[in-house]
Amino acid sequence: MSTQFLDWPVIRQLRGADKTGRGTAVMSQKTRSTTSRTATADGVAQSVCPYCAVGCGQRVYHKDGRVIQIEGDPDSPVSRGRLCPKGAASEQLANSTLRQTKVKYRAPYATEWQDLDAEEAMDMIADRFIEARRNHWEDVDPEGRPVRRTMGIASLGGATIDNEENYLLKKFFTAAGAIQMENQARI
Amino acid sequence: MANADCIVIEGSNMAEAHPVGFQWVMEAKKRGAKVIHVDPRFTRTSANADKHIPIRSGTDIVLLGGVIRYVLENDLWFEEYVKTFTNASTIIREDFEDTEDLDGLFSGYDPETGTYDNQSWAYQGEKDMLQRGLPDRDETLQHPRTVFQILKRHYARYTPEMVQAACGISQEDFEYLAKAVTENSGRERTTCFAYALGWTQHQGGPQMIRTSAVLQLLLGNMGRPGGGIMALRGHATIQGSTDIPTLYHILPGYLPMPKVGQDSFAEYARAIGKKEQKGFWANADIYAINLLKAWWGDNATAENEWAYHYLPKLTGAHGTYQTLMRMLEDGVDGYFLFGQNPAVGSANGRMQRQGLAHLKWMVVRDFYMIETATFWKDSAEIESGETRPEDIGTEVFFMPAANHTEKSGSFTQTQRMVQWRDKAVDAPGDAISELEFAYELGKRVREKLKNSTDERDRPILELTWDYPVDENGEPDAEAVLAEINGRHIAGEKAGEPLKSFGEMKDDGTTIGGCWIYTGVYADGINQARRRKPGKEQPQAALEWGWAWPANRRILYNRASADAQGKPWSERKKHVWWDEEQGKWTGLDVPDFPPTKRPDDPGDPSKGGAAALAGTDAFIMQSDGRAWLFAGTGMVDGPLPTHYEGPESNVENPLYSQQSNPTRVTFTSKDNLSSPGASSEGGDVYPYVFTTYRITEPHTAGGMSRFLPYLAELQPELYCEVSPELAEELGLEPYGWATIISARSAIEAKVLVTERMTPLQIGDRTVHQIGLPYHWARGKEAVVSGDGVNDLIAMNLDANVQIQNSKNSACAIRPGRRPHGAELRALVDEYRDRAGLVPAEEAEVDGAMGAPGEGPVDGFSPHEVRGPEEATAVPDGTPSMKEMNNR
Repeated sequence: MSTQFLDWPVIRQLRGADKTGRGTAVMSQKTRSTTSRTATADGVAQSVCPYCAVGCGQRVYHKDGRVIQIEGDPDSPVSRGRLCPKGAASEQLANSTLRQTKVKYRAPYATEWQDLDAEEAMDMIADRFIEARRNHWEDVDPEGRPVRRTMGIASLGGATIDNEENYLLKKFFTAAGAIQMENQARI
Repeated sequence: MANADCIVIEGSNMAEAHPVGFQWVMEAKKRGAKVIHVDPRFTRTSANADKHIPIRSGTDIVLLGGVIRYVLENDLWFEEYVKTFTNASTIIREDFEDTEDLDGLFSGYDPETGTYDNQSWAYQGEKDMLQRGLPDRDETLQHPRTVFQILKRHYARYTPEMVQAACGISQEDFEYLAKAVTENSGRERTTCFAYALGWTQHQGGPQMIRTSAVLQLLLGNMGRPGGGIMALRGHATIQGSTDIPTLYHILPGYLPMPKVGQDSFAEYARAIGKKEQKGFWANADIYAINLLKAWWGDNATAENEWAYHYLPKLTGAHGTYQTLMRMLEDGVDGYFLFGQNPAVGSANGRMQRQGLAHLKWMVVRDFYMIETATFWKDSAEIESGETRPEDIGTEVFFMPAANHTEKSGSFTQTQRMVQWRDKAVDAPGDAISELEFAYELGKRVREKLKNSTDERDRPILELTWDYPVDENGEPDAEAVLAEINGRHIAGEKAGEPLKSFGEMKDDGTTIGGCWIYTGVYADGINQARRRKPGKEQPQAALEWGWAWPANRRILYNRASADAQGKPWSERKKHVWWDEEQGKWTGLDVPDFPPTKRPDDPGDPSKGGAAALAGTDAFIMQSDGRAWLFAGTGMVDGPLPTHYEGPESNVENPLYSQQSNPTRVTFTSKDNLSSPGASSEGGDVYPYVFTTYRITEPHTAGGMSRFLPYLAELQPELYCEVSPELAEELGLEPYGWATIISARSAIEAKVLVTERMTPLQIGDRTVHQIGLPYHWARGKEAVVSGDGVNDLIAMNLDANVQIQNSKNSACAIRPGRRPHGAELRALVDEYRDRAGLVPAEEAEVDGAMGAPGEGPVDGFSPHEVRGPEEATAVPDGTPSMKEMNNR
């Protein structure tokens, strides 16, 4: 009999160990020669899903400086390797074609974005921070009691960024007297 | 949750919103646990439960108050637990009056300000004894003013008949719930409650959670395995961002922000916790000194009160909605957004976008071009022609952000566990982390101000702001974590990380940025990075990550043992007293002074931990007890009480006080509310809508609508309506409907489904409509749809300043909504019919916030009834000692 006939999946299934036809019997040459992305990755980082607060473990596989696959971490006592649709899609969070990687600037009353150098943007923001802080500075309240603060600056966000990041933001904003910091926990 | 014998999920669709966490509910169920889902909708959670009980949104206090009454009337409470660990025996002051006495109000209400003076809610006792957490008690619980007796009277009318009348829940269903939780509580068994935003986002939401706490305490389910109340939080580190807060009202570790008038450090610290009081808040001064030392280093000294005067002071609520009102009055120049999308995600989207247009500048840090970043060119108001980009002066900086794989750092998940992430790759292009952004902003501001002699710049210039950075300029997140943990800065151990907050000193020889996180970097090891596989360790998995405080996995776990320190049962053992070793031991880190004997009477002459008796399991409370009755901490009453939602068409069946007397709202023509039951106009908005999330999208969509996979799975907005309502109004399945509230109108596809149950409330059939809120109008995402939060009013809870998103009033009709000016005309037509007049003439019941000329220092003139947070302990003196865990 020809090899071709013997390679016919149903014959393989009858002849081989895979009687139910859900494993080797139905594998094509192409499948056999395919290696998973995770096997050829440069490395894997242990991480945590960025969506809800369950805190599922993730393994982030990367190659050539790019995330190539994100899988659930079976070691996690919280998630035991599982991810929901969001966690499972989080590779796309990194690699979606809609991901923004350049600073954009919209001037007052402008109708379009324009490009802006990142360094220059940081500098402009620092200038505006100082100005807004001064514009709405309050040494005392209407009854003359010290408050030492500015009402000219506000922020919103924190539930999706790291503890260390929230710490630095709170530290700096509070030192600047900017009390109007808020995040998703209020919403 | 896996150890529970009964799980009540109420105000959460856990199977959809926390699918991977839900596996533990299923594990419990496999072992025989009963699972009950109480929710207006039948959802995937209901499908996996033993029973679904549909409820009229916003009536949870009646239902659980009914169960409390059932427990008390039938003597099903866990007597030994209640007497040992709760304040049931405490006697309340003679001048306290209950809502039963005052028809829906507690004593101390001031109708002028819409706030309570809570002095009369205090414990009775001699002043010095009260300060030491030793109020008058009657251990027999017979005194008519014991908490126990007050509780009995308070809930006496919360009968099964009342539950049926208010919640639309049959007496059989009520009985099922009451039996399930009581049969599964006690020495051998425990019941667990889980909730999410279905409780939080109500006016009165915190009191819904409190009702569950009262019930769980009566049943002895706190501090025990399989017990507790699980807050199912919705963002990767929303817990962390509350612990180390980007919130106006607190500093790291739940230390309150100073309030105006707290002019010395000593006064500030005493308001949090007094040295002579029981428990761990007695050391509030130490925690605060260590924070101030972490921030201002050598510039914080005993002489200058640890630089306390560098901290800004609050003059009231400065929440995100108060800030929005200030923006609308041109009182805010600049706005930073760190991964949040208020044009879509915050209540009253139209006002949010109007607020953005009043800014001078805005910095949006995100992965994608979210709608808040592009409001000036494609918002609903641009589309309708109300405004044009040429009219909007806001300068916008879009700054791309690094994502969770492109930086290392920690998230704190919903059970307080801190988990470190390793960095996998560099961020692309201009994208940087918030850590680098914050550090860089701080450095530049400091550089620009370095020659300033202005006194107000000193806190910035004297700040400790020096972190190691890598070759890309990224600060070392572990160095920041080490500062949060704290270290010795003098003596033999100088430079060594602190092992626990117990090592913190009040003399400036230690620093620590967040006392509850001390230990996360013990021994110089990043404990949050520990990854011993779950399979290789006992269930508590103490070597995976690190949970605050001190790596404890169950809080107040001393209560898992009886007064003598023995486990309540073998089956439910967790932490116990080991007589031989002379210390507490068990399966978890004991949440108690480790060598304090169960029969230790405590030393009231000392404060703090020494004053705790061996049975004072609730070690953060000033009396060592769990509070059935909260004399302080809640601004709207010491006991949860049912009020109708702000737009409810149903009259409060319990009291003539219709809605929460302390509620907060803002007067604006764009923030009108339906008159509800107070006038016939309420029938213009006859239906209740409730918002929720589903599995595939995430909140306002900034992390889901831009991902093709997720966008494809949930491509468009829909509303869920019952077959009865669909037939009544001619709503076609998969056709369009327009939903109209007093704020706006949106369109959605119609999903006719028996998952929505019409409820019979008196002679009224209440129809509830479900609306997932993940879509937005914009041009950048893969999919778009109307923003549901445009429908929602800024009606806030006074305790936490969170909006009521879960039961609002609306009208619904078949067909798509109009566009352009016609959309506003439609909204106005309904307002006219409902008799809603412009805000300037509106009668807002109770205190009126008169519209002002412009921003007045510290106050939003539009705010109505915005009291400050709770500031008193049960002895009547001011303090702030609750962990305002939202």
